[in-house]
Amino acid sequence: MQISFKNVSYIYQPKTPFEYKALQDLSFTIPSGSFVAVIGHTGSGKSTLLQHLNGLLAPTHGEVEIGDYKIQADEKNKQLKSLREQVGVVFQYPEHQLFEETVYKDIAFGPTNFGVEKDEIDDRVERTIDSVGLSSDMLERSPFDLSGGQMRRVAIAGVLAMEPSVLVLDEPTAGLDPRGQREMMDMFYQLHRDQQLTTVLVTHSMEDALAYADYVLVMDQGQLYMEGEPLEVFHQKEALNDVGLDVPEIIEFITKFEQKFDTSMQYTNQPLSQFAEQLKNKLKGGHHDE
Amino acid sequence: MNDSMIIGQYVPGQSLVHRMDPRMKMTIIFFFVIVVFFANSFGSYGLLTLFAFVSVAITRIPLSFILKGLKPVWFLILFTFLLHVFFTRQGDVLFEIFSFPVYEEAIEQGVKISLRFFLLILLTSLLTLTTTPISITDAIESMFHPLKKVKFPVHELALMMSISLRFIPTLMQETEKISKAQASRGVDFRSGPIKERVKAIVPLLVPLFVSAFKRAEDLAMAMEARGYQGGEGRTKLRELTLTKEDIAALVLFVVVMVGVFILRT
Repeated sequence: MQISFKNVSYIYQPKTPFEYKALQDLSFTIPSGSFVAVIGHTGSGKSTLLQHLNGLLAPTHGEVEIGDYKIQADEKNKQLKSLREQVGVVFQYPEHQLFEETVYKDIAFGPTNFGVEKDEIDDRVERTIDSVGLSSDMLERSPFDLSGGQMRRVAIAGVLAMEPSVLVLDEPTAGLDPRGQREMMDMFYQLHRDQQLTTVLVTHSMEDALAYADYVLVMDQGQLYMEGEPLEVFHQKEALNDVGLDVPEIIEFITKFEQKFDTSMQYTNQPLSQFAEQLKNKLKGGHHDE
Repeated sequence: MNDSMIIGQYVPGQSLVHRMDPRMKMTIIFFFVIVVFFANSFGSYGLLTLFAFVSVAITRIPLSFILKGLKPVWFLILFTFLLHVFFTRQGDVLFEIFSFPVYEEAIEQGVKISLRFFLLILLTSLLTLTTTPISITDAIESMFHPLKKVKFPVHELALMMSISLRFIPTLMQETEKISKAQASRGVDFRSGPIKERVKAIVPLLVPLFVSAFKRAEDLAMAMEARGYQGGEGRTKLRELTLTKEDIAALVLFVVVMVGVFILRT
C-alpha cells in the first residue's frame, strides 16, 4: 500500500505549558512495496511519525493517506480497525507486549481480534513461527520461559500473523547481540522480498539503513531534513553530521580512500567480498600505471 | 498521558511560590483547608478567594490551564451546587423551576459550599503544580522527623513515597506504550460491550505487572550496588531552609486567617 503524508503536523498537549510540536509540515510519499528507512537523532519525531502509520495518532494538521485509508485532523475514523489489520507495527522491545499463557495464544491474539477463522489462525501460527525462525515445538510453552531473543521473535510472529501489507519496524534489533541483529534484519528483508511488504524501518543504525533500504528519510526536529536513495544521502557527510548523524563506516572508508588515492570507486551496495576484489584491482591497476 | 488531568502534575517555574520551602507551603495549605471551613460570610469567602487567586497569579501558571485541568472536578462542584439549590428550604422563594421552588438561602448555600470545594481543590493542586514530588517527600520526612523518637519508620516511609512517586510517570508511559502495542494488534479499549472492554485490560495488565516487578528488582539491585543501607547517618543533597520569603508568606497568611475570623458572622 502506498503511504503519503501531506503537510502533516502533530502537537502534543496543545495549549498547555507542555505544548510540544513533534512534527511540522511533513510531506512525503512511500511507494507501495518499497523498503524505507527513517533515520534521525533522538527526539527528531520518528516515533510520532510511526504512530501515524496505523492511526494511533491522528495529525493535528494535514492528512495521512495509507492505501485507501485517510486519516485527517479533527475527524473520527471508523475504519481504524481494518487499517490496523493492514499495517503491522513492531514496536521497540516488542517482547514487552507478550501476555498470554502460551506462545500459540500470543501469536493468535492479533488475528483473533480481527476475526480470522480458527483454521486459518492455526495455519498462520504455524507459518509465522517458522518464518521468524523458531520451531513449532515452542507453541505450547509459556512465552515468559523463553530467552530474550526468542521472546522477541514470538512477539514479531504475533504481528506477522495479522498478515499485514505494510510492516512498520521501530528499532527491531535494539538490545540484541550483533549476530542476532543481522539475523533479525535478514529475516525482515526476506519477508519484505517474499510478500512484497511495504516496509518502514525506524532505526539508529546507518549500516542497516544503507544495507536494506531503497529510500531514506532523514528527520530533524520534526521536519523532513533530507530524503533520497541511501547512497545519495550517505554521501552528504557534513549535512548528516549537522543533525547528529554519522555515515556508515564503509562510506566513510570509501570517501577517505578516494581522497587519499585521488580516484573514484564504484560502490552500489555490492557484497563486501566483491568490493574487496574491486579494491584489489584498483590498487594493482594504479601500481601498474606508474 | 491524559491531557486534561493536572492533579499531581508539576509545572516547572521560578516564581516565589515555586521557590518556597515545601514545608511552609504544606503548613499554609494545611491551615488553609481548616480555615476554609470556618468561613461563613461573603466577606470571609471573598478574602480567601482573593488569597487563592493571588497565589495562582504569583506562580505565573496560566489560570486557564489550571481550570481546564480541573475538568473532572467541575462535575462534582456542579453536583454539590445543585444538591444545595434543590434541598435547602429556608428564606423566601425566589423562583420555581418546573414547579420546584428554589429558595434564597438555597442559592446562597449552593454558592458558598461549591466555592469552598473549589478553593480547597485549587490550593491543594497548586501545591503539586509548584512543588516537585521529591521536595514534597523531603518536607514530609523533615516534618515527621520527631516521630522517630517513638520508633516510627519516617525515613523508610519517605523512601517508599518517593519511589512510588518516581515510578508513577514511568508506569504511565509504560501503560501507554503497551496499550498502543496492543491496540495495533486489534484490541479496542474504547468501544464495544463492557464485557469485552474489561477483557481488553488483561493484555495490558499482565505486561505491566511483569515490567513493574522487573523494575523493582533492578532498582533494589542498583540501590544495593551503591551501598544503600537505610537512613542511619545519611545526609541530604538539598537541605531545607526557611528563608525570609517563607516567613513573609507565613505572615501574610496569618493576616488572612485573622481577617477571615474578623469577617465571619
